[in-house]
Amino acid sequence: MTTTDISTLAAALRAVLGDAQVITDRQELRTYECDGLAQYRVVPALVALPRTAAECAATVRACVDADVPFVARGSGTGLSGGALPHADGVLVVTSQMRAIRAVRPQDERAVVEPGVINLHVSRAAAPFGYYYAPDPSSQQVCSIGGNVAENSGGAHCLKYGFTTNHVTGLEVVTPDGDLVRLGGDAPDAPGYDLLGAFVGSEGTLGITTEVTVRLTRSPESVRTLLAGFAGTDQAGAATSAIIAAGVVPAAIEMMDALAIEAAEAAVRCGYPAGAGAVLIVELDGPTAEVDADFTEVRRLCREHGAGEIRVAADDVERALIWKGRKSAFAAVGRISPDYIVQDGVIPRTALPEVLRRIAEISAQRGVRVANVFHAGDGNLHPLVLFDDAVPGQAEQAEEVSGAILDICIAQGGSITGEHGVGMDKVSYLPRMYSADDLDTMQLLRCAFDPRGLANPGKVFPTPRLCGEAPGRRRGVHPLQEAGLAEVF
Amino acid sequence: MSDDVLADLAAATGGDGARPAGDGDAVAGVRPRYVAAPGSTEEAAALLRVAAARNLTVVVGGAGTKRDWGAPPRRLDLLLHTRRLSGVVEHAAGDLIVVVRAGTPVAELQAKLAPAGQQLALDTPLPAGAAATVGGVVATNSSGPRRMRYGTVRDLLIGITVVRPDGVVAHAGGKVVKNVAGYDLGKLFTGAYGTLGLVTECAFRLHPLPAARAFLTCRTADAAEAGRRAAAVLASQLVPSALEVDAAPGGGTGIAVLLEGTARGVRERATATRAVLDGATVAEEPPPWWSSYPWRSGDVGLKLTAALSGVPRLLAAAGEAARRHRAPLAVRGSAGTGVLYAGLPAATAPDVVARIVTELRAEAAAVGGHAVVLTAPPAVGERVDLWGPVEGLDLMRRVKAQFDPDARFAPGRFVGGI
Ligand SMILES: Cc1cc2nc3c(=O)[nH]c(=O)nc-3n(C[C@H](O)[C@H](O)[C@H](O)COP(=O)(O)OP(=O)(O)OC[C@H]3O[C@@H](n4cnc5c(N)ncnc54)[C@H](O)[C@@H]3O)c2cc1C
Repeated sequence: MTTTDISTLAAALRAVLGDAQVITDRQELRTYECDGLAQYRVVPALVALPRTAAECAATVRACVDADVPFVARGSGTGLSGGALPHADGVLVVTSQMRAIRAVRPQDERAVVEPGVINLHVSRAAAPFGYYYAPDPSSQQVCSIGGNVAENSGGAHCLKYGFTTNHVTGLEVVTPDGDLVRLGGDAPDAPGYDLLGAFVGSEGTLGITTEVTVRLTRSPESVRTLLAGFAGTDQAGAATSAIIAAGVVPAAIEMMDALAIEAAEAAVRCGYPAGAGAVLIVELDGPTAEVDADFTEVRRLCREHGAGEIRVAADDVERALIWKGRKSAFAAVGRISPDYIVQDGVIPRTALPEVLRRIAEISAQRGVRVANVFHAGDGNLHPLVLFDDAVPGQAEQAEEVSGAILDICIAQGGSITGEHGVGMDKVSYLPRMYSADDLDTMQLLRCAFDPRGLANPGKVFPTPRLCGEAPGRRRGVHPLQEAGLAEVF
Repeated sequence: MSDDVLADLAAATGGDGARPAGDGDAVAGVRPRYVAAPGSTEEAAALLRVAAARNLTVVVGGAGTKRDWGAPPRRLDLLLHTRRLSGVVEHAAGDLIVVVRAGTPVAELQAKLAPAGQQLALDTPLPAGAAATVGGVVATNSSGPRRMRYGTVRDLLIGITVVRPDGVVAHAGGKVVKNVAGYDLGKLFTGAYGTLGLVTECAFRLHPLPAARAFLTCRTADAAEAGRRAAAVLASQLVPSALEVDAAPGGGTGIAVLLEGTARGVRERATATRAVLDGATVAEEPPPWWSSYPWRSGDVGLKLTAALSGVPRLLAAAGEAARRHRAPLAVRGSAGTGVLYAGLPAATAPDVVARIVTELRAEAAAVGGHAVVLTAPPAVGERVDLWGPVEGLDLMRRVKAQFDPDARFAPGRFVGGI
């Protein structure tokens, strides 16, 4: 885009949004150059800060008119470069759309604007005895719009499901600039489940401007324990035994020795000394059920070699147990100048084997890997440690990180359980899906965004041409024939 | 010429998987020319390439329990049966997942999972629910009482294999519960009534069978009282797996709560539930109306949805409509999720049905929901807009045009004539 094009578009946007809502100053633009994956940086041509859905739609229409790509951004905490700006495009930031419009416990719903911070929804619902279940570790800062785009998960998704299971309605600005409602308060809206297709589409199908979420009744009882094991094999076996016993914990999280060491150094969480692995198991629900299951979980942990088992006596002690886990990513910074946060998924039963393979690769390449994961659903977050100051280490770490994804794929798992494909894993997607699979997914993209203006270059390695599908169309289209549709 | 087509269809399905259609093969009154039953995803792909080359319109059928759901197809050349696409591909008990072929009856799947103490936590309401196939349940997005705890198909389906109308085989999702790689096409195909392509395989997350369960039932005089009691259950800490209501014509309203969990937990929660639902009786087996649609085959069947707090209003509106039109309108469904079903006998005059649908549609809309006619005799179908208003219809048409540009898959059966 030439400088004149930019100033024309900036003028058009200022006319609809007002001067203060459009950023063109290079210095200011630079504050938006990356998301949580800071190794990719691109300064956007423009930043737009719409305050309403109508302004957001007008912004997108201006982009369409100028044939300029746009990228949505919430809080910029994404870990796959999904909100990485386009150098010739507009970054549409939702930080000024932060109203909680309604909290209706009697309907188990809240209606929020996309920039609302995840944790604020639960805070608003708490006085009524409800909360918003999906709890990414970034919940103090990430936005609901970003959660919708990434289909974000969290520690408690084992029992409660992911964002997609907790969003019942969306208002969306389509890549044409139209405002459309998908779903609502009631479930099962007639027609295709476009709501379901939109959640997790990483900003490539449009921008959501209002989200209706399900609120969950706060549990009567929550019980948390921390168990130390000799190693990840034993902790993994305990996890499998808990699941096999038919217990559905709210969360089962595991950390290995290196991750424990890092957490200890960072937050002094006091995890059992010398443990090769720890498990955090949390149960919630009706007191009678939780008590019964908790006894069973303790027994199973012990049976599988748990040394120390620490039970949280109250919320303070619970917070302490979680503190080590929740700070694990950042804590790794204490034991390594740089690190990659990987996000892969395996069938849970493959855990011991996969961890052994990771240890082998780590030893072979001389690259340290700390493991933190959602053990209950097989979602691994290996932290690959390196020192960028040492030439070659970053590349080596990248290789190890990539090899871990290959292991996940070979086990029938996934290259991402919650952080998304974004920019970062574009080249891995074809290792998991065939060309036909990706082509089929992109039919959806073509339906929403035939011009390819919504977050281009993310998710899919090669865009599909969205022209008239190469079908043989004989005579009048049946929909036209039925008087139901115009030619589109 | 038709023999040529048949020969091609037969060749695609291993030589003997295709035949000319008979009267018994009609779909909502429309008789196809051919019937074919592929035995694998590859055969299905070959078959659909023939159908594409021959410009055949296609309707996919499983056990046929919902063959009269949706509008009749505008045109129908080929009925594609999934009965040979049957069986469990993989049950990884330790991972709580199953991969199953689309033509497998859900009941058969459950029987295979039960010995491992596991289940696909999805009800298939009666009548005929027991025979329903996995593919049919996915395509119609059918669900029953326990959706309150476990969600619906969209929440349980983690991977899908489909054959596109042009014969291309595609997968989405996978075999792990947690996966955000690529678009979630499983959700797109769920409830699409076979208008986007053929589903050949599904991967589901499973749940453990509960150690104990209890049903608590009581009756109330009117919809308002039922609503108050349902709200009290919802606001409680009882965590029911289902909260159902049943309003038979002329009677009161029944309420039933299902509790699942450990033996001790269920016992204690049942006692607590009786404090909320005064006079409720406790049983290990469900009441006779549990998980069944309030209509018989050939009747009119509606699905009514509402925001949770709107359920009592919808129940009351149904009762009033029944009185006003002197029609035996039966209503039943999930007060815990805002999904009700209503039935009218086949003999109800089409214009009475039309008026009731219009009234209930307005009531449902006022409480954030919809009224959809799932099934109806042809005379009713001709008079009534089955689907009512559909948000996002333009986008849906665009999706259809991408997947099925020649509109050969179940043409006319779905919303907006899709
Ligand atoms: C310390 C840390 C811990 C984390 N822990 C977790 C975790 O436990 N689980 C987890 O799932 N993730 C986790 N994440 C990742 C991240 O927080 C989530 O992906 C989050 O949902 C991103 O929200 P955001 O508002 O920051 O979105 P952004 O980073 O701004 O954007 C993310 C994507 O969403 C799109 N987008 C944003 N807003 C909209 C909108 N309104 N409409 C359409 N598209 C939009 C963007 O284009 C981009 O593709 C973590 C990140 C950090 C830094």
